[in-house]
Amino acid sequence: MSTPETLSPEIAPKLAVELGLKLDEYEKVVEILGRVPSVTELYMYSLMWSEHCSYKHSRKALRMFPTQGDHVLQGPGENAGVISVGDGWAVAFKMESHNHPSAIEPYQGAATGVGGIIRDIFTMGARPIASLDSLRFGTLDKPRQRYLFEGAVAGIGGYGNCLGVPTVGGEVYFEEAYEGNCLINAMAIGLMRAENLTRAVAAGVGNHVLLIGSTTGRDGIGGASTLASQEFDEKAEDKRPSVQVGDPFEEKLLIEACLELLDGKLLVALGDLGAAGLTSSASEMASRGGVGLDIDVTTVPQREDAMKPFEIMVSESQERMLAIVTPENLEAAQAVCDKWGLRSTVIGEVTDTGRFVVREGETVVADMPAATLAHDAPIYDPASERPAYLAEVQAFDPVASLEHPEGREALSATLLRLLASPNICSRRWIWEQYDHQVMLNTVALPGSDAAVLRIGDTGRGEMTTRGIAVSTDCNGRYCYLDPYAGAQIAFAEAARNVACSGGRPAAITDCLNFGNPEKPDVFWTFHESVRGLADACTAFGVPVISGNVSFYNESFGSPIYPTPTVGLVGLLDDIEDHCTLAFKAAGDVILMLGRTRPELGGSEYLKVVHGMVSGRPPKVDLVDERLLGELLVTSIRTGIVRSAHDCAEGGLAVALAECCVAGDVGARIDLGDGLPGVVALFSESQGRAIVTVDEDHVGAFKTLAAAHGTACTRIGTVGGDGLVIGDEADVSLDDVRAAYAPTLERLVHGEA
Amino acid sequence: MRFGVVIFPGSNCEQDAVHAIRHLGMQADYVWHGDTDLAGYDALVLPGGFSYGDYIRCGAVARFSPVMAEVVRFAERGGPVVGICNGFQILAEAHLLPGALLRNRGLKFICTTVDLRAEESACQWLDRAPGTVLRVPINHNEGNYICDEQTLERLQGNGQIVLRYCEPDGSRAAGGSAPNGALDDIAGICNERGNVFGLMPHPERVVDPLSGGTDGQHFFTAIARRLAEVS
Repeated sequence: MSTPETLSPEIAPKLAVELGLKLDEYEKVVEILGRVPSVTELYMYSLMWSEHCSYKHSRKALRMFPTQGDHVLQGPGENAGVISVGDGWAVAFKMESHNHPSAIEPYQGAATGVGGIIRDIFTMGARPIASLDSLRFGTLDKPRQRYLFEGAVAGIGGYGNCLGVPTVGGEVYFEEAYEGNCLINAMAIGLMRAENLTRAVAAGVGNHVLLIGSTTGRDGIGGASTLASQEFDEKAEDKRPSVQVGDPFEEKLLIEACLELLDGKLLVALGDLGAAGLTSSASEMASRGGVGLDIDVTTVPQREDAMKPFEIMVSESQERMLAIVTPENLEAAQAVCDKWGLRSTVIGEVTDTGRFVVREGETVVADMPAATLAHDAPIYDPASERPAYLAEVQAFDPVASLEHPEGREALSATLLRLLASPNICSRRWIWEQYDHQVMLNTVALPGSDAAVLRIGDTGRGEMTTRGIAVSTDCNGRYCYLDPYAGAQIAFAEAARNVACSGGRPAAITDCLNFGNPEKPDVFWTFHESVRGLADACTAFGVPVISGNVSFYNESFGSPIYPTPTVGLVGLLDDIEDHCTLAFKAAGDVILMLGRTRPELGGSEYLKVVHGMVSGRPPKVDLVDERLLGELLVTSIRTGIVRSAHDCAEGGLAVALAECCVAGDVGARIDLGDGLPGVVALFSESQGRAIVTVDEDHVGAFKTLAAAHGTACTRIGTVGGDGLVIGDEADVSLDDVRAAYAPTLERLVHGEA
Repeated sequence: MRFGVVIFPGSNCEQDAVHAIRHLGMQADYVWHGDTDLAGYDALVLPGGFSYGDYIRCGAVARFSPVMAEVVRFAERGGPVVGICNGFQILAEAHLLPGALLRNRGLKFICTTVDLRAEESACQWLDRAPGTVLRVPINHNEGNYICDEQTLERLQGNGQIVLRYCEPDGSRAAGGSAPNGALDDIAGICNERGNVFGLMPHPERVVDPLSGGTDGQHFFTAIARRLAEVS
């Protein structure tokens, strides 16, 4: 084997720095190779060792996460995590960010975010059955934010709708902190028989390396390093060529072809080409299998002329998959690709050298130990320092320090203002642009606490009576005010949402969005959030099975709110036992679970009425949260719970209004808790939920609640055409709807 | 009674149609778009989806699939054919049904459940009394039906308008009830003979209360009953 043509020792370190490597990282490359790298090698290392691909600043902190559990079939480290859901069925899921591309070109950025995460799912051998999207933008009074929001929603719909994968839920917040750096976190879920679990592990010396799908072009070159691993500045627009362009039709064909290939046991391994393209996919497969790969770039189908080997190796052209196939199965495998109209090309073979060799015809252009690309990136222990702003915001007591509205008229008006707030109002404008029903397993429509899906292999196999409930959650304000507590609240809210739907929390994925980890105060918020989330997972006995870290979410030097988004999947043994938030019938008794405390820190009330993001976030008690969840699931299973809804942003009053709107019926409430009106109505105390039961079942429910040690208070009755809360608020259903329904559409059209 | 559900590259509601038909106790099997043998099928379904990505006019490529020549022959012999959503667009492109489907008036994809009024028509795929209101989801970007005036008069005169978008009480709003802007609130039409039926709403999504309702059942049971009577 000949040695590739190396760069000159003067130029190489300069190029390395230009490509985002640090000088000592470059030195490490030289040490591994025992020589100066070639241009192709330098590109490959710079991408694989970028923050986005190597997790070099986050890896140590992530070790805090619990990842084990009896039902975990695949934990972190693969394309997606997988859990068993019973009867031989398993679900694969993962969440990933596509923030930086979307901030530059929202439609394609969001679309390819969906495409990428869905490839991670069917790579595991699972049929994608649902996606959810967690979005953050600046406020919609800014035209650019409207452009980003509309574009991202259209892109998510445009891609997912075409694939026929229902978009069943998600969340969106609008905050100034995300103005220069929107967040697009996409989560996908897939269904499979447990025995079909496939891993991206290359094996079998002499086996073929088969590239399936789209041609390779210069699009997305360096996306992971130039976009996802750097902060934005005024040149961000110039980076548009680094954004990939999606082709959902090609991906739909890839889903069908790959699942048919796996079903026919025609592949040894399957991986998708994501960040860092062929380099990442091939080197990870090789290093997991402890084998080498020999690839000839001239065999890669190209869509542009005169592409250099390094361009082919790092291109992020979308909708491509890499498979390992035995010589005996090659013809049959290619026939399946042909049937679906997909290109498939043998581009190399598996070797026993452990080396990743890239050739251009006969000329070797890169030759390195495969495992060093995927695993030898330096791991950092970044400096960490508690941010200075925390002392100031946490010292602020919003209950005592501010003038609050009092009396029925003022509080009613405040409630309507909160219901119209972009962070609370109806999300219908968004989800009506998404196909949320295809595959016929969507049991609870978007707008519910959690998406509820039946486990069923629609039109192909068995339809079961089992189900899953899924929720994505994170309130960035809470995390900004206290990253440890904020991350726990993100988990607790996701767990409450799932429990209110009847699901037992089983596992989570996460997408950890933060600023520049090389800044000690940003890294501190990251570390605290991970610690908080890890402690919450441990307290619930719920493992983290997959996830993603997105750093450098800053623009013009200022970081986003720490945003550790949680995607939680819960299980329902019987889908008929699921529950929704809608009040069902006049006369039903409304019970509040948990207790309201004077907690207005970081609340929507504080932001909407006082224009402030300050104070301490609500306290979270993980033991209480877990017991509340168990109470909800147990009681829903007995069949006596007619509706359940968690209390979150906007507090009890907003939660009640949401139950009324969903059920198209009013309610009469008498709190009698002696709390000031503004606290009783809008405090965002954790660990609370509202349930309704038939009058005859109040006693049985209270007994169950007592057995779980959960406070349970009868607060009112369903009925009437308005929401009346004691002397505090009295709003008609028409006024509630008029406030709640039209906000997003109005704001998108530039109306105030 | 055996339905054939055609899979074009990019179809994505074929499994839903098959599930719905089987859920109603009838047989359904997939037909690959490259096949040309339709022997053994009593009725055909062209399902929803994005055939060939809908990158040019929806359905404009799929109509050239090998199976389509056979679908046309099957329809000309009086065989029942239903095109749902993208399937409707393909039937229009194949000239089995008149008119065309433009982009929705609001230029946005719409997924929501709508009210549909059954009209007095020759359609073999519907057995509800005229005026009956059905709740069925729509899910499309190009459902804005259009045709020229003479065609519209012919559709009206021949009883070829099968379903109209309407208000919950069955009335039609003065400014139109079609969320996509469709001409004359048209949601579904049939050919003169009534055996070929195209509609934008998705009846296969509402055959089971668990996933949203049962108003879609009628379409599949109606054609089955009709065929049973004939044979």
